[in-house]
Amino acid sequence: MDKTIAEKVLSSHSGKECHAGDLTIADVDFCMSQDGTSTMMIRELESLGFSTPRTKRGMAVVIDHNSPCPSVDVAKIHARIRAFASERAIPVYDVGEGVCHQLVPESGKVLPGDLVVGADSHTCTYGALNACSTGLGSTDVAAAVHTGKLWFKVPGTHSMTVGGAFSTRVGAKDLILNVIGKVTSDGATYKSVEFAGTAIEMMDMDGRMTVANMAVEMGAKFCPFTFDGITKNWYSSLDIEISGGVASDEDAVYERRLDFDATDLVPKVAKPHSVDNVVDAAQLSGTDVQQVFLGTCTNGRLADLGAAASLLKGKHVKDGVRLVVAPASRKVFLEAMNKGIVSQLLKAGAVFVAPGCGPCVGTHAGIPSDGDNVLSTANRNFKGRMGNNKDVNIFLASPWTAAATAIAGSITDPREVQG
Amino acid sequence: MKLTGVAHRFTPNDDINTDYIISGRYKFKIDDMNELAKHVMEDIDPDFSTKVRPGDFVIAGRNFGCGSSREQAPRALKAASVGAVIAKSYARIFYRSSFNVGLPLVECDTDWITGGETLSVDLDSGTVTCHGTGKSATIVRMPRTMQILLEDGGLIPHLKKHGGFLLDEVTEE
Repeated sequence: MDKTIAEKVLSSHSGKECHAGDLTIADVDFCMSQDGTSTMMIRELESLGFSTPRTKRGMAVVIDHNSPCPSVDVAKIHARIRAFASERAIPVYDVGEGVCHQLVPESGKVLPGDLVVGADSHTCTYGALNACSTGLGSTDVAAAVHTGKLWFKVPGTHSMTVGGAFSTRVGAKDLILNVIGKVTSDGATYKSVEFAGTAIEMMDMDGRMTVANMAVEMGAKFCPFTFDGITKNWYSSLDIEISGGVASDEDAVYERRLDFDATDLVPKVAKPHSVDNVVDAAQLSGTDVQQVFLGTCTNGRLADLGAAASLLKGKHVKDGVRLVVAPASRKVFLEAMNKGIVSQLLKAGAVFVAPGCGPCVGTHAGIPSDGDNVLSTANRNFKGRMGNNKDVNIFLASPWTAAATAIAGSITDPREVQG
Repeated sequence: MKLTGVAHRFTPNDDINTDYIISGRYKFKIDDMNELAKHVMEDIDPDFSTKVRPGDFVIAGRNFGCGSSREQAPRALKAASVGAVIAKSYARIFYRSSFNVGLPLVECDTDWITGGETLSVDLDSGTVTCHGTGKSATIVRMPRTMQILLEDGGLIPHLKKHGGFLLDEVTEE
């Protein structure tokens, strides 16, 4: 009794009772790495004489950050990753499959109550699936893959209750930006964050992934959501039947409790150059933008593309604005095509790039020009993040705000858009 | 462990993220840490890689190393011969990765460090001292786990040395 989700998951995976502050060696269920982090992991694994993953459900490598390959140098790195994985029968999600943090959930390899580590900071996304999942460096992931275990400090937990219901064109991204603005970029460092409340109970899985994805932007280690009917139905759509997950006890000890009300929430924007620099979108009204980016592991899913298309349908992107769209996966791309979302966005003037990380990490497929203002649905607005550090300003917002901004050519509260 | 070097300060002081430590412009295409070291801290100090001398210290405020999990960040700092980072606090992934690759992180108040002065770090007595002024600060005690990793030369050498994690025998944080 009296345990949080993090305490329960780390206890069940280490065969002893764990509480916040304890150190433990725990069994790891699944690992992932991506093309920007794999080579260091591979070198460490080779030095350990690695042959096959000892994690319960193995691992996956995803080529998504530079995908398709933009240069000869990166091609060498990709070839190295493919050769290593092929020799050891490790699954590779190659060019065109999508972003790791959509592909891993789609693969069904992460289950409720799992303990997962990945060589990508946004591995916390799988918290949406009731997993304790966290990003680590390549060496930690190599150790977990090779031994099937890793050392963990059991985190204390912050409880965030979100009451009420979201109003029109306000949702998960606005919520998590608002939370990070309040908590700040290191306010939850090393903590597990549990979201609850009516607005969370009603939130679809795409929205929960948006929230869990950005938990690391306030320093968090885990962001496990409670298993419920939405989780169950989401797994059913993958033909995986799950009866239950891990819930925190009623008398669980939380280090901090914060209350939010979705009803009062308005569209939010994180201003340059930090994610906790959050204001109402309306306060930035009239700020011209030259590029809008819709996609990423935060907001490149079907619900996100659909939200943007609902505003852009029958309208057109403002002259002089580039709207770049990167679906989070091939599956998302296909579903968006089948629902007519892709054609609505294309007719509105959007340009599609391959499913993957696209311009978010500044390697290719949409590097801004000197002095550009960019509004992006990504999770980071650091100076130079999108590949150009010369007076480029990155603003983070929801897919609705991105669409409204693309139409107006300046930052716009999506509730201002007619239709 | 005793370290001596010159202090380097940056703007911003807080929330220096791993994109600033090593930009995605380089880290995705360069797999040689000695090459990456030529670009370390470039986005917030373009001249840093030419100024830094072996053993020098990177000085920062809160939440150093936040953002991306890229292990190229501590590896590039180490390849640039940075002796240690001295900051008020660190982001979680960077913190673990630094010890995993053998880069010492020192946690203490840093407001009194102006940059340019020579500092001595004594990890045994837990103090950072300025040679010129004699000012000093007390280091937040390094968790035993991190001491073990540092003594063993990083996580992989630790695994090789002990044939697994010795860390489950550690009772203190």
